[in-house]
Amino acid sequence: MNKLERDLINNLQGGFPICAHPFQVLAERLGYDEQTVIDGVKRLIADGYVSRFGPLYNTERLGGAVTLAAIAVPPDRFDEVAEQVNAFDEVAHNYAREDALNMWFVILAEDEKKLQHVITRIENATGLRVLSFPKEREYFLELHLEVPDQ
Amino acid sequence: MELSELQHRLIKRLRDGLPIGKRPYANIANDLGTTEETVIETLEQLIAHKVINRFGMIIRHRALGYQANAMCVFDIGDDAASDIGKAMATLPYVTLCYRRERVAGVWPYNLYCMIHGRDRLTVRAQIRHLIARLELHDAPHKVLFSKQCFTQRAGKYGAPAISASLSASGPASTQTIPFPIKSGKYHEQA
Repeated sequence: MNKLERDLINNLQGGFPICAHPFQVLAERLGYDEQTVIDGVKRLIADGYVSRFGPLYNTERLGGAVTLAAIAVPPDRFDEVAEQVNAFDEVAHNYAREDALNMWFVILAEDEKKLQHVITRIENATGLRVLSFPKEREYFLELHLEVPDQ
Repeated sequence: MELSELQHRLIKRLRDGLPIGKRPYANIANDLGTTEETVIETLEQLIAHKVINRFGMIIRHRALGYQANAMCVFDIGDDAASDIGKAMATLPYVTLCYRRERVAGVWPYNLYCMIHGRDRLTVRAQIRHLIARLELHDAPHKVLFSKQCFTQRAGKYGAPAISASLSASGPASTQTIPFPIKSGKYHEQA
């Protein structure tokens, strides 16, 4: 990763300018020209470092419901269950973790009732109990990963 | 906040991301049949009302070499959980910290934090530091490393990058230190 790419990643995880020429503003801030910054962002997306460029929405403010869910999946069924769970549009961020509760994912739905319905549908599809751990409080929010110069 | 029809359409249009070019907001305005100024104003409203938490790049942390991802869960007494959660959130290697409901008889843990690091050795040292620093030796806890990520996509109804509902932030920091750092405002939300 070159200096431009590091500068973009280290400075663009939030605070993208909202104005007519945002890449120009950003380019001036970082000491590049506009086209260089635009090409750099396109390359980061093309190379898979960046999954998306745009807004992060607050699901609850959109009236949506969200929870962290987990399933204890028998190891020999893991791949099959992963496919069943990932088939739901409402499922995001599915991780295998080292625990008896070995599959952890986020469920996002339009409202609380639909969220409960998705949980029931996942239980029916997999034949396994889905544990739900709704958030009560968030103590920190910004995930900002830094790429050191090296 | 009741969303207007235009706000709804803009939210939907931006789920796939901003067009990358010189006039991205003009480009979107064109798609939505409105003006660039209106798009800019509407985005500012959405940010002011915290419908948009953050605006920028959603990065794939694994692609950047953050291979070790630990979810640490603690069982903390309800009276102490909030203070400990706030203290945990200030540690530089903690990237997310939540209090969640317990599931009786199955899962006693109520305080969750995420640590993203380049390798497990580093992350384990950070967890030992966290436990010592917050005097959590006696608190039941578990560390769940991730083995594999199947999907790090945005859900249909929201677009969280790494966990659901990340919240408000200021411009990114330019510090360079060898673990994930946080920037922006300290914040607690229900």
